Amino acid sequence: MSNIDKATVAKIARLSRIKIEEDKLEPLAGELNNILGWVEQLEEVNTDNIEPMASVVDAKLRWRTDDVNDGDKQESVLKNAPRAEFGFFAVPKVIE
Amino acid sequence: MTYIIQGAHDDFEVVIGLEIHAQVTSNAKLFSGAATEFGAEPNAQVSLVDAAMPGMLPTINEECIRQAVRSGIALGAQINKFSKFDRKNYFYADLPQGYQISQFSHPIVGEGVVTVDLEGGKTKEIGVERIHLEQDAGKSMHDQHPQFTYVDLNRSGVALMEIVSKPDMRSPEEAAAYVTKIRTILRYIGSCDGNMEQGSMRADVNVSVRKHGEPFGTRCELKNINSVRFVRQAIEVEARRQVDIIESGGVVDQETRLFDPNKGETRSMRSKEEAHDYRYFPCPDLLPVEFDDDFIEAARESLPELPDAKKNRFMEELGLNDYTAGVLVAEKESADFFEVLVDALAKKAGKDAGKVAVKASNWLTGDLFGALNKASKTITESPVSAAQGADLLALIEDGTISGRIAKDVFEVMFETGKDAEAIVEEKGLKQVSDTGEIEKIIDEVIAANPGQVEQYRGGKDKLIGFFVGQVMKATGGKANPGVVNKLLKPKLDG
Amino acid sequence: MTDLNKLKIAEARDLLRKGELTARELTETHIKAVDEADVLNAYIEKTPEIALEQADKADAMIKAGDAPAMAGIPVGIKDLFATKGVHTQACSKILDGFKPEYESTVTQKLWDNGAVMLGKVNMDEFAMGSSNETSYYGPVKNPWRRGDTDTVPGGSSGGSVAAVAGFAAMGATASDTGGSIRQPAAFTGTFGIKPTYGRCSRYGMVAFASSLDQAGTITRDVRDGAIMLEAISGFDSKDSTSVDVAVPNFEAALTGDIRGMKIGIPKEYYLDGMSSELEALWQKGIEWLKAAGAEIVDISLPHTKYALPTYYIVAPAEASSNLARYDGVRYGLRETVEGGGLEDMYEATRAAGFGDEVKRRIMIGTYVLSAGYYDAYYLKAQKVRQLISNDFKEAFKSVDAILTPTAPSAAFAPGEKSDDPLAMYLNDVFTVPASLAGLPGSSVPAGLDEGGLPLGLQVLGKPWDEETVLKVSGVLEEAASFNHEPKVWWR
Ligand SMILES: [Mg+2]
Ligand SMILES: [Zn+2]
Repeated sequence: MSNIDKATVAKIARLSRIKIEEDKLEPLAGELNNILGWVEQLEEVNTDNIEPMASVVDAKLRWRTDDVNDGDKQESVLKNAPRAEFGFFAVPKVIE
Repeated sequence: MTYIIQGAHDDFEVVIGLEIHAQVTSNAKLFSGAATEFGAEPNAQVSLVDAAMPGMLPTINEECIRQAVRSGIALGAQINKFSKFDRKNYFYADLPQGYQISQFSHPIVGEGVVTVDLEGGKTKEIGVERIHLEQDAGKSMHDQHPQFTYVDLNRSGVALMEIVSKPDMRSPEEAAAYVTKIRTILRYIGSCDGNMEQGSMRADVNVSVRKHGEPFGTRCELKNINSVRFVRQAIEVEARRQVDIIESGGVVDQETRLFDPNKGETRSMRSKEEAHDYRYFPCPDLLPVEFDDDFIEAARESLPELPDAKKNRFMEELGLNDYTAGVLVAEKESADFFEVLVDALAKKAGKDAGKVAVKASNWLTGDLFGALNKASKTITESPVSAAQGADLLALIEDGTISGRIAKDVFEVMFETGKDAEAIVEEKGLKQVSDTGEIEKIIDEVIAANPGQVEQYRGGKDKLIGFFVGQVMKATGGKANPGVVNKLLKPKLDG
Repeated sequence: MTDLNKLKIAEARDLLRKGELTARELTETHIKAVDEADVLNAYIEKTPEIALEQADKADAMIKAGDAPAMAGIPVGIKDLFATKGVHTQACSKILDGFKPEYESTVTQKLWDNGAVMLGKVNMDEFAMGSSNETSYYGPVKNPWRRGDTDTVPGGSSGGSVAAVAGFAAMGATASDTGGSIRQPAAFTGTFGIKPTYGRCSRYGMVAFASSLDQAGTITRDVRDGAIMLEAISGFDSKDSTSVDVAVPNFEAALTGDIRGMKIGIPKEYYLDGMSSELEALWQKGIEWLKAAGAEIVDISLPHTKYALPTYYIVAPAEASSNLARYDGVRYGLRETVEGGGLEDMYEATRAAGFGDEVKRRIMIGTYVLSAGYYDAYYLKAQKVRQLISNDFKEAFKSVDAILTPTAPSAAFAPGEKSDDPLAMYLNDVFTVPASLAGLPGSSVPAGLDEGGLPLGLQVLGKPWDEETVLKVSGVLEEAASFNHEPKVWWR
């Protein structure tokens, strides 16, 4: 049975890069426990010797030829950027 | 020689494993049709796939698969006819998707082995754990603006091969030799240009230390080292650091560290960043990579002669010694130069390659390499081509010039790029083998030095050298020394 | 001509070809209908200028003589299909202001076929929801009401179905990850079809769960569904999971002849507490197909009960990774923190940009993939998924199609289930299994419940056999003679 506590919620939120206010951790823990408790019914299923499904498409990967036929569209690439300067995306610095 | 780090109490051994990231030589990126070329305008070689625009999907470049397979074969590794792509999830500004598409559970290449060349002609086998294909990230520039980091995605999505070694290395020298050998092999087969300054090849070095016979210690990973010299230095410094920690009763933390070549130290990269949890899972946008034996065979047939095989051939068929053969095969360009040189010389001289190869190799590794070194040029920038070199050596072979004169001629060739024959002609350096002419000079020398003739005839045989010297001096070094010797003795003997 | 906006696609096509109607007329009528339906909140971006321009192009095409079936047909486009230069946000705040520099393959195919874009339609944020209450642009109202009470249109393609049921589009694109085409179709008396995974390109479709996402259509009847689905189907080299199989003439499959066909009835779909009217409707469907000459076969899909929990591991896991690209760096929303750095920007942007349901699923997905939990959750779920797929493979050895109800109930009231994620997830109990197996499926309007709200029956087929799904759907439609319309209250 899963038992997600506040600290775990905080850890998952951090891994997901979603800021969660302190007072929301507890209720979220409740919700997540609810959902995970429910999905844990899968434990009943015998999956010995069953390969996990990767894709419903039963085929191998198609290969592209090694041609340069894309790129050269700096303007399009940067068009929707919240901030771009001198052809670069500009983001706040990492704070050490 | 075993590499030992002496602590205050005990001797320690270093254990090293490497992950080499090698950029795959291809025109387009691994999952998009944007160019891979180095040095374009920022974000100019970026497709909407590379920028991870919503709804954009990866499609794989066959050349990258082929190059990974060729590399695997060249490293004597197991080729996996079935492999898969996984996502490695983490956030960084130059990782647009928020994940790197890599191969985690099923890499395209499995175990292999590389023979590395150590000092004194020794070799050692280093195990390769796997090679997998993955995307490179973009580039963040932190020093262009006071508040902002600038991000360029030109490298984002470029194909990398990550070559993971087994922890088989026990000294900085072995690690350096391993990187050198991998680089040599990849450059031979053309799957990576091996350009470490431009970042086409970089190494993550895992270092741990232990007392002899003990299990592996805790390892630290030194990230993104971009020269063979730094690999060596980083290991020395890091191993010493770990030994000092252990000897002072501390514990080595498993962490990622950065080598600072200026300060000659390694430092933790984990400032305030927490441990990673990459959450690998199969990339649902891609299907498994599958190919058949024919594909592998075609890749195998496309491989050139590999450095080890070439070295053996140079030794066995051309009579080169281990050292010289090793020097010549270390760079494919040198080996290629040498082969053209020997072939051309053999043809010109009408001799077997085996008869001229040692002379050719001596000239190449001595005269030409020396001159290139002095001029800070690589073999591909040599002002003297292999064919021109063969012309020069052929002139010695057929007696047109002496070895001594050849050195002068070469100097001019190197400076001007002119052909040997033209220089010899122009400067009148042709060796004099005309018996009548030489006889006349000998007579003059004998006449001019009656005292020495007296002494010689009185039993001072060694003076013959003096007379040879005089004759050569009188001819400006152009007299054929063989002819001089043959004619001089009877005349002196009277 | 009156009520042009009530025409079916097939009818309009024929009138257009005969010259009795122009695409411009049809489009102008629809632009007006779109405006009049504002209260439904089906459209979150209207594109009348583009529509008229495309209509004129269609008229020229038609005049030239060889116009494709969708020429001049006004449609709504779900907000997760990238439309060049036009609002594409999957109804999330995090894509605030995003206008792609590219066109999705599905919409490109529509434009190549002469279709007319009325605008972008509402949806649950990132297609996560079953009631269209999670959209950043507010909930969609179902044209169908229980008396005077509002109901939800279902989700996530709530805008698509509301537009079509509300006569504000002749058809709409939709997408189905766990039932997002079929369930809302059932809630609105429309026909929804999700083809086999790999039939329609995912290129340019904002990803929710890549191994499940599949485009499809919402139309007012089966024939229209066949026509529109054919227009958006086909191999695309830009999508590695697109499969290179020929697209049949779907409309031609509507022969009405199902004699000798074997229809499976899975016993596991009889849920405890299933309403008697739903069970009765399902029984009716069985009788209709029997009467048309089909043979009814009882089948078992033993892992059915595990489909939902499987789905709620796999889909969030993929979503947690797919939605990592929304980081405030290259497009969409950026929230910075005074004195903060890159990491603060990520956390603030994603906190402000994603709604609660999306956050919930990202966190579930992150958790089930994280170190120590991967095997117990994600890997286990992918194994059960294989078993679910195997169940269908086994069943399809003895039947040609499967008949079930589409949803466990008719449309419910706004807010009724939105506080309880699990109650909401149960809406997809009948649709999720086929999604996990990548099978084609449809929802056909088959009757009304006692409150006068539509109910749907679901038809599932073998991979690549949309023709049988359509054929059986057509027979059900004919037999049900569902010709109810919602009472127009929104104008
Ligand atoms: Mg690594
Ligand atoms: Zn790597």
